[in-house]
Amino acid sequence: MFRNHKTLSRVLGLVLALALLAACGSPATPAPAPAAPAADGNAPAGDAGDVAPIGEEIVIGLLAPLTGGVAQFGIAVQQGAMLYIDRFNAQGGTQIRVIAYDEEGDPANAIVGYNHLHDQGVTAILGSVTSGPTIAVVPLAYEDGMPMITATATQAGVTFDAANNRVWTNMFRSCFIDPFQGTKMAEFAVGELGAQTAAILMNNDIDYSIGLTDAFVAKAAEIGLEIVATEIFGNDTVDFLGQLTNIAAHNPDVLFIPAYYEDIALIGPQSVAAGLDTVMLGADGWAGTTDLMDDASSIEGSFYLTGFTVESTDAHVQEFIAAFEAAYGVAPNMFAAQAYDAAAILIAALEAALAEGLTPATDEFKASVIGHMAATNITGVTGYIYFDEFNNPQKTAFIIEIRDGASRFWGTF
Amino acid sequence: MLTHLINGLQLGSIYALVALGYNMVYGIIKLLNFAHGDVIMVGGYIALFALTFGLNPVISALLTVIGCTLLAIIIEKLAYTPLRFAPRLSLLITAIGVSILLQNLAQLFFRAGGRPFPSQLLLPTGSFSLGGVSLAYTSVITILASIVSMILLAVLVKSTKLGKAMRAVSEDQGAAQLMGINVNSIITFTFALGAALAGIGALLYAVRFPLIGPTIGAMLGLKAFVAAVCGGIGSIPGAMLGGYIIGLLEMFIVAAGLSRWVDAVVFLVLICVLMVRPTGFMGRNLMEKV
Repeated sequence: MFRNHKTLSRVLGLVLALALLAACGSPATPAPAPAAPAADGNAPAGDAGDVAPIGEEIVIGLLAPLTGGVAQFGIAVQQGAMLYIDRFNAQGGTQIRVIAYDEEGDPANAIVGYNHLHDQGVTAILGSVTSGPTIAVVPLAYEDGMPMITATATQAGVTFDAANNRVWTNMFRSCFIDPFQGTKMAEFAVGELGAQTAAILMNNDIDYSIGLTDAFVAKAAEIGLEIVATEIFGNDTVDFLGQLTNIAAHNPDVLFIPAYYEDIALIGPQSVAAGLDTVMLGADGWAGTTDLMDDASSIEGSFYLTGFTVESTDAHVQEFIAAFEAAYGVAPNMFAAQAYDAAAILIAALEAALAEGLTPATDEFKASVIGHMAATNITGVTGYIYFDEFNNPQKTAFIIEIRDGASRFWGTF
Repeated sequence: MLTHLINGLQLGSIYALVALGYNMVYGIIKLLNFAHGDVIMVGGYIALFALTFGLNPVISALLTVIGCTLLAIIIEKLAYTPLRFAPRLSLLITAIGVSILLQNLAQLFFRAGGRPFPSQLLLPTGSFSLGGVSLAYTSVITILASIVSMILLAVLVKSTKLGKAMRAVSEDQGAAQLMGINVNSIITFTFALGAALAGIGALLYAVRFPLIGPTIGAMLGLKAFVAAVCGGIGSIPGAMLGGYIIGLLEMFIVAAGLSRWVDAVVFLVLICVLMVRPTGFMGRNLMEKV
């Protein structure tokens, strides 16, 4: 039954592709001007001058939470990815059409979304956004040989199936992995801050927080950082006073809080009320926290790690920031930047597969896309990216300090 | 330990204020007004916008209370009055519907994510030390504000003509009407009063949890409902007691290092109370009239 369904979709895909080719009609005219190739290839210039004729259309899926508690991430990812795709489409040539599905941050809904996108015949999927829904979808995508790239899902299990000790070869990401972040912050606490004791306040409901905590604890044990307290909370927690009061009693040198911005915005002021005075450390989930706090003095002097900062002086990055601001009226955050790079990685692979003369949406095409993604070697707006054997990008970490109530670039570590 | 106690009392004060709204409405028309928590959410937004607009904190607070009151009156007139003589279940389902409607409207107008609440514009932040224990100003002010509100409410219900009318309507609507009490306006007044307390609750909640989102009322409403049931649904002192009990219970569970169990224990308490003493600690054991 399933096999039949697959064949059917393949035939339909072929018919669709042929129809498209027919629709394009007029034979490809040569590019109007042999102008200098667009900047670095991965950042489409979008100059109206050298628009190539409209080429083949490739349909991809976007799986992201566009409403609900983590919507801020999903919307940022959508904006970043669509900026790249719109600029790419504006060049003419191959056109990327995106079908978006709102999975609301829910793993079950993400599976529904994946099946929906698969049934729509997409060639590849950008998503999902948080680790839980992404991990829920990966096994299905692996079975289907569906190329996937996430811009933000940082947990190790996104690209690695620990139960069967195998890599999800079809799954890539443009962000750091969780163990990397937890390990880095433990090293940072000891190496840069000279901390001897640490406490942890973690969300026991989300894989993200658990993954970071495990890595932090493992690294801490290795380098002699004593964990004096571990307090937990849940998704609906708004009251952290009890946990913070418990932590304050241990007076740790640093407090590691691997959580998302909405929690930090509540934890900050309550840490003052609990009489806690320590350096707080976070990870990339902190990005955007100061926007959610009317008064960020309570987290002044905290550090977190990120894969992107608008304070970068790189011309390539500044060009991206200007384009993003022109499109959406706000500066891009890390998620948008990583999504922009994820779209760049994916589209480069789609184009490479197309150059081999394969037909989009076929299994051969998808396999080729996966092969090209694995061989990625580009400089995106979040840095130089290539993938290791676990399909995780190798990148530098940027440390951000909360200074004068705002997130400021501290340096790389 | 004392810090935990104060924290628990602060949380309990907020629950108590919200639970009072549940109890007054239940007392008068036997409706569990599940939209009550969402009225608080709207109150949070009103306070947020008023303060960000640069209004004086006292005026912002008044606007919040008035806004909540008006909203409750509108809800009562549009959603509940037409169902006055409908089965109680219809009324309950309507209340849940109103709750979902308010949450989604808020998501539509104010976007899904949370917005920062400028607490320091409303109350002094920071803490002071009392006998070696760190106390936040907001905790002390919250506890005092809730106690004052409840005393005023008690005076209103016990010693004024309006309060007498409310109690009469609660006792027997038909008889109250025969005695010349305008039942409709008393019911509306009860809703308004409960919502005014919710407005105060919204301010105190926002100060303690300075992130206002469309769903903040949901869990708060549920917890306050548990408090109302524990204290005795329909009883005003019961709501206060229930609020404090739930607030303190939550804080001591966390203090004991069992933070993950907070919600489970709170709802377990609800189940136990319903099984052992369904009328709550201070509820009257009335026979159902046939």
